[in-house]
Amino acid sequence: MSASVARAGRRFTWRQPSILPGFAPSLTLTLVWLVFIVLAPLGVMLWFTAGLGWRGFFEVITRQRVLGDLRVSLTTAFLASFVNAGFGLLVAWVLARYEFPGRRLADALVDLPFALPTAVAGIALSTLYAPDGWIGSLLAPLGIQIAFQPAGIVVAMMFISLPFIVRTVQPVIEDLEVETEEAARLMGASALQIFMRISLPAILPSLLTGFALAFARCLGEYGSIIFIAGNKPMISEIVPLLIVAQLDQFDYQGATAIGTLMLAVSFVLLLTINLLQAWVRRRHGG
Amino acid sequence: MGVRNLLIGTALAFMALFLLLPLVIVFAQALSAGFGAYLTAITDPNVGDAIWLTLIIAVIVVPANLVFGVCASWCIARFKFAGRDLLITLIDLPFSISPVIAGLLEVLLFGLNGLFGAWLSAHNIQIIFALPGMVLATLFVTFPFVAREVIPLAQEQGNDEEEAAVTLGASGLQIFWRVSLPKIRWGLFYGVLLCNARAMGEFGAVSVVSGKVFGETDTLSLAVESLYESYEIQAAFACASLLAMLALVTLVLKAALEWWHRDEIHAVRHKKAA
Repeated sequence: MSASVARAGRRFTWRQPSILPGFAPSLTLTLVWLVFIVLAPLGVMLWFTAGLGWRGFFEVITRQRVLGDLRVSLTTAFLASFVNAGFGLLVAWVLARYEFPGRRLADALVDLPFALPTAVAGIALSTLYAPDGWIGSLLAPLGIQIAFQPAGIVVAMMFISLPFIVRTVQPVIEDLEVETEEAARLMGASALQIFMRISLPAILPSLLTGFALAFARCLGEYGSIIFIAGNKPMISEIVPLLIVAQLDQFDYQGATAIGTLMLAVSFVLLLTINLLQAWVRRRHGG
Repeated sequence: MGVRNLLIGTALAFMALFLLLPLVIVFAQALSAGFGAYLTAITDPNVGDAIWLTLIIAVIVVPANLVFGVCASWCIARFKFAGRDLLITLIDLPFSISPVIAGLLEVLLFGLNGLFGAWLSAHNIQIIFALPGMVLATLFVTFPFVAREVIPLAQEQGNDEEEAAVTLGASGLQIFWRVSLPKIRWGLFYGVLLCNARAMGEFGAVSVVSGKVFGETDTLSLAVESLYESYEIQAAFACASLLAMLALVTLVLKAALEWWHRDEIHAVRHKKAA
């Protein structure tokens, strides 16, 4: 960064001069590829939505089933990210702070939800939590049913979003200055006081970023959820499945409007995440 | 010490319940009818076709992303220009978009009622419910995978070696092959590893644009669904076990890479977080 400040004499030109070759071709290729694969298709969806007009768009997104499913998606994603913020913080803390046998293995296991295809996670979770499954059969006598209920959606979302929180928080915990904590301890602070007053405030911005990343991932997730969710409209049906259902009925307009709505939600989340990350950077980098 | 052990114990119990158990049950169910039944399930010709289709998609998508990642990292990390942060955000965009929407986009473009639908059907070209649509949807979903691993690494490493090479009279290609590529090599490998895992395992995006004919347009992930929905549970888990093994290999290679390059990875990660 210091180099950029030193060389920022000509900041009104749109690019800083460099002696390295290949800027124009690499940028052109990058932009062309980006436009063809990502931006143009997204533009087409927005164009189709514009074709519906505001009235058509609102007619679709205020349908009872759309609103009901949206409520299901938002509440389950929030619950899953919220619970995972706690467990993710715990896992990140343990992995960053303590040395114990199997730590490296546990650290590698955190990335499993990234690597395991979602359909596999979906049928595995569904089988585990079904009333006759390994976990489901333990919970059934207590009157708790998870699979084919909204709770199943939360479980699947927790599985796929855990690494987002752990991997966002872990590097920040590793960088915490232990000296501050030790000074507090010498001055007589309890472990809980040190955590609440010194560690947690430093971790909080990254924890919120992780929460937002997890929430975004939960909202968009499809494969691991549909097997374990009951998929009952407005009760245990998520928005991505509703889009698929609209497509299966050849209701392209419905699918497009709902897709655009989800895209708008993603953009708001993306903006939030960027702002949070800027906050983390200010807090952390000083 | 008591608190420490309690925290470690709780974290490990949570991970065992939420991460390890789903992995264990895949193999337990796959082998539930014995090893013979397992072999029969995975050597089914339809499963063979699904494996083949999965490989074809990966063979197209991964190199495409590799080239794009190298290209994007060259212009973004080696040069400073206005709009660079916006470009990075746009490249990351597919990460925050539901895979189902990725499939929907291809349907809107190439489906029967899509933008090019009439033209395509007049020329008898099929994209949706066929391989091209599945490749495009997978390309969308995996778009950021290589680029986002390589760009921060290249930014962290800086341009000193490249600039020295220029002053010594090296050509652009020489700089790329001899200086830059070796520098970003492990980042590329890392990105390719993750991209490949996603390309082979993608479900949501591909399921929207696949014709879902088991043995024809089913990838391995879709075959898992097809079998599971037709109550062939053991066969579904047998297919799932192949994908789970892919995930395990990915994790092992990833951990190995992270071990070999821990210093650089540490620097990049903490810079990202900082």
